[in-house]
Amino acid sequence: MAATEIARQAGEGARAVPLAGHVGFDSMPDQLVNKSVNHGFCFNILCVGETGLGKSTLMDTLFNTKFEGEPTQHNQPGVQLKSNTYELQESNVRLKLTVVNTVGFGDQINKEDSYKSIVEFIDTQFEAYLQEELKIKRTLHSYHDTRIHACLYFIAPTGHSLKSLDLVTMKKLDSKVNIIPIIAKSDAISKSELTKFKIKITSELVSNGVQIYQFPTDDETVAEINSTMNGHLPFAVVGSTEEVKIGNKMVKARQYPWGTVQVENENHCDFVKLREMLIRVNMEDLREQTHTRHYELYRRCKLEEMGFKDTDPDCKPFSLQETYEAKRNEFMGDLQKKEEEMRQMFVQRVKEKEAELKEAEKELHEKFDRLKKLHQDEKKKLEDKKKSLDDELNGFKQKKTAAELLQSQAQQAGGSTTLKRDKERKNFF
Amino acid sequence: SQGQRNLEGYVGFANLPNQVYRKSVKRGFEFTLMVVGESGLGKSTLINSLFLTDLYSKDYPGPSLRIKKTVQVEQSKVLVKEGGVQLTLTIVDTPGFGDAVDNSNCWQPVINYIDSKCEDFLNAESRVNRRLMPDNRVHCCLYFIAPSGHGLKPLDIEFMKRLHDKVNVIPLIAKADTLTPEECQLFKKQIMKEIQEHKIQIYEFPDIEDDEDSKLIRKIKERMPLAVVGSNVVIEVNGKKVRGRQYPWGVAEVENGEHCDFTVLRNMLIRTHMQDLKDVTNNVHYENYRSRKLAAVTCNGGVDTSKTKNQMTRSPLAQMEEERREHVMKMKKMETEMEQVFEMKVKEKKQKLKDSEAELERRHEQMKKNLEAQYKELEEKKRHHEEEKSNWEAQQRILEQQKLDASKTMEKNKKKGKIF
Repeated sequence: MAATEIARQAGEGARAVPLAGHVGFDSMPDQLVNKSVNHGFCFNILCVGETGLGKSTLMDTLFNTKFEGEPTQHNQPGVQLKSNTYELQESNVRLKLTVVNTVGFGDQINKEDSYKSIVEFIDTQFEAYLQEELKIKRTLHSYHDTRIHACLYFIAPTGHSLKSLDLVTMKKLDSKVNIIPIIAKSDAISKSELTKFKIKITSELVSNGVQIYQFPTDDETVAEINSTMNGHLPFAVVGSTEEVKIGNKMVKARQYPWGTVQVENENHCDFVKLREMLIRVNMEDLREQTHTRHYELYRRCKLEEMGFKDTDPDCKPFSLQETYEAKRNEFMGDLQKKEEEMRQMFVQRVKEKEAELKEAEKELHEKFDRLKKLHQDEKKKLEDKKKSLDDELNGFKQKKTAAELLQSQAQQAGGSTTLKRDKERKNFF
Repeated sequence: SQGQRNLEGYVGFANLPNQVYRKSVKRGFEFTLMVVGESGLGKSTLINSLFLTDLYSKDYPGPSLRIKKTVQVEQSKVLVKEGGVQLTLTIVDTPGFGDAVDNSNCWQPVINYIDSKCEDFLNAESRVNRRLMPDNRVHCCLYFIAPSGHGLKPLDIEFMKRLHDKVNVIPLIAKADTLTPEECQLFKKQIMKEIQEHKIQIYEFPDIEDDEDSKLIRKIKERMPLAVVGSNVVIEVNGKKVRGRQYPWGVAEVENGEHCDFTVLRNMLIRTHMQDLKDVTNNVHYENYRSRKLAAVTCNGGVDTSKTKNQMTRSPLAQMEEERREHVMKMKKMETEMEQVFEMKVKEKKQKLKDSEAELERRHEQMKKNLEAQYKELEEKKRHHEEEKSNWEAQQRILEQQKLDASKTMEKNKKKGKIF
């Protein structure tokens, strides 16, 4: 499908001319339709609601088929999103239907972050499309669009009011997806309670500024039915895949001891209205709104986040190339600057370290200079001492030599006396 | 994906095509048709005949009547309605094309026009705030070939070669009522031969799924290029009012399939393939333009390397992200390298300092030890000397004492007269 059919002012600057016969371009809508049918359609539904509100059953009932084999495990922490894609066909129309279920929504004690995984999932699909759209070599016409086209929000049939989790979640989702709120398992509410419940819900949504999806009323062919249905929101639904015999027909119903709730009986519930609005009348509009409103918003925010703008300060619109080149130059300049900064930082550190080491070196030398000086002093002292000792030694030597000389002289004299004496003595003997 | 499922009971999405129909009618349609050819080939008449209206009239003269010195590319927009369907038709013509003596590059303004429309669309598509995205891209180019009967002229070949990868080119044999059926057959054969020789890819009215039609389409392909006749005049032939050209020898009827291929052209161009022409323009010609343009910007001239091939599959934003990531890694690496070098140098220097400190310490220690040794030696010497001195002094004292004693004894002995 051509994604280029975004709002266009038809006939701008054109002069109207009459035709003198049948040209044949009134087949254009048929040509377009044939191409779409050949290409196949795709539709993605997100079901948000607490465990046990009959999300899977409703999907089965809506599409008249049993989707999942067995109920999903609810033993993971946090809110998980499980998506399944099915190829359906009705007459010559092929539909690639993706049903995304929130598993574990509302099961936590602290539900503050419950909405986060849902928002993340929706954004991821937008992101994937955006990336494809921005690729240089892209294949948009064969791209499998996974963006969520409709979000069915299941409200628990308390009969009183919306839960705060519901308000918080819907507020976070209303700018990202088309929200269709529905009252689940509404066979638990009586008609009078239901009317009050619907009024309460609608007023709560309005007072909290939650934008739910409005069936479009701009096309005369469907304006009337759509505006009537808008007044029945939120739809109170009952789902069932079991059939019960009523009269001579088998109908989808839920059998109670006190009666049978027929799913397709408009007196019993709004299932038929939901099917009519969601599938038969507005499926294409839901797809279009997703693309032209929700996706565009996401894209705009994402691009602005990355610093892209449409005009420069002089209010001259840029061409893509200029914008891209400017962005790229800015980016490259940024990178170079970072590189420079890092280099400078290192140069600085090196300088500092060098200075530090030089300081240390200087201190070392000073230390050793001091020690050297000390050493010199000590040496000098030693020298002095040595000298004095030497002097003393010399003096002593002299003294000794002198004394010895005297002694030897004396001895010689005395010695000869003694010797004489001894000799004499000897001679006596 | 879970494979085909059979639905039990009517769900209702078979109504989707109706929803699409409804919305498309509300939106209205656009189509831009370009007509190119020398003056006097009946382009304006053909357009008027195709759309059964006076698109070109006295007030809005056709290209051949708007004499230009150089080739111009001009457009006129009309709004037509039929069966509840609104069509904004833009006719682009090229007065002056092929009329000069030297027609070199007369295709350039045409190429420029087509590219500029693609550029406008690209810019509109790339804006942050996208609202109105008018599609003024050229969806089809009717190229008029003069009915020479021989073959294509060099200008024809050149033009088609240059334009076939930018726009859907449908070559037409103009003023076909100057050719007999046999001449026309030969002429068509020759033209197709030359088109194939030059590898020109003209728009070939592809099969649109429908068994009946595809037989028809195959037949039509055998009639290419279509030979057309146009007329603004309604003539009565056998009680029927038809558009035609009155000759003394008869009337060449525009809508008679045996006279020319006008009906084929009209049916193909407007009634069956108008949407396909737009789709091919959008999905093929525009995408080629876009990827060429963006590649030039992101891949630095689009040099065909493996790196470039990789870049082509990414959006420019993702490309920048990738470059940023690469740069961060490069910086990290550079940082660790610088860090390493730095640490190593510091370690070296510190080690050196340590070594020289150790060396100085050692030397100092040695000197100290040396000094201490000398001190010790000195002390030893001193002590020795002291000892010697005191010994000697003691000895001297003893000797003195002895002397004294000896002299005393001698005195005594002398006194005793022991000298004999």
